[in-house]
Amino acid sequence: MSRQASGLQAWAVQRLTAIYLGGFFIYLIVAVLLDPPASVELWRARFGGVASVAWLLFVLALCWHAWIGIRDVVLDYIHPPVWRLSALVAFGGGLVACALWGFKIILLAAGG
Amino acid sequence: MSRADTRPVYLNLFRIRLPIAGVMSIAHRLSGVLMAFLVPVGLYLLERSLSDAAGFDQVSAVFSGILARVLMLTVLWALLHHLFAGVRYLLLDIDVGVHKPVYRYTAWLVMVAAPVVAVLICMVSRA
Repeated sequence: MSRQASGLQAWAVQRLTAIYLGGFFIYLIVAVLLDPPASVELWRARFGGVASVAWLLFVLALCWHAWIGIRDVVLDYIHPPVWRLSALVAFGGGLVACALWGFKIILLAAGG
Repeated sequence: MSRADTRPVYLNLFRIRLPIAGVMSIAHRLSGVLMAFLVPVGLYLLERSLSDAAGFDQVSAVFSGILARVLMLTVLWALLHHLFAGVRYLLLDIDVGVHKPVYRYTAWLVMVAAPVVAVLICMVSRA
């Protein structure tokens, strides 16, 4: 991806992840409202097989979407280079850590 | 003194009437930033709820407390506002609802629908 097109890539990723997150959240809210899990076993059962892939994609989409949004906000409002870089590193590192943590949670639930 | 130096540099934000779509847009940003900070909180609750029976009961109890339910309503409002405003932006991308007065109506719709649906979801989940 060329430098000129990297903004376009972020624009497209923000919309693709938005569509997935929107669909996932609506499904999750409706599913939990209609059929609240009664025990930890029944709750874990919703993370196995195909569902684990959907959950992993959700964690990835969530953290990526949050990163692009936060990056735009930081670039808009934080101008001194040192503060801007610090904020980007802090949020970027935090969200990468969150994504890895989320993967671990899903994979443990799917396997156990 | 050149003309450029006499420009008004002080803007009283309370005297600028921000259009409703502007209010909706700022709330879209605010709700997004808020939820970005809540990602680790959500992951923590998810991890506890999946850990064992005790953790599952703990997280269930958290969601049934009155303070937690008020917090949940707030977060749900942020999520739904972000979602509805996001759907509106996606529709604007494909040229749906771009013109006056429709874009004003849809901005109002987002502003009103988000808290209403959040309250409805909280009421249904009480049962």
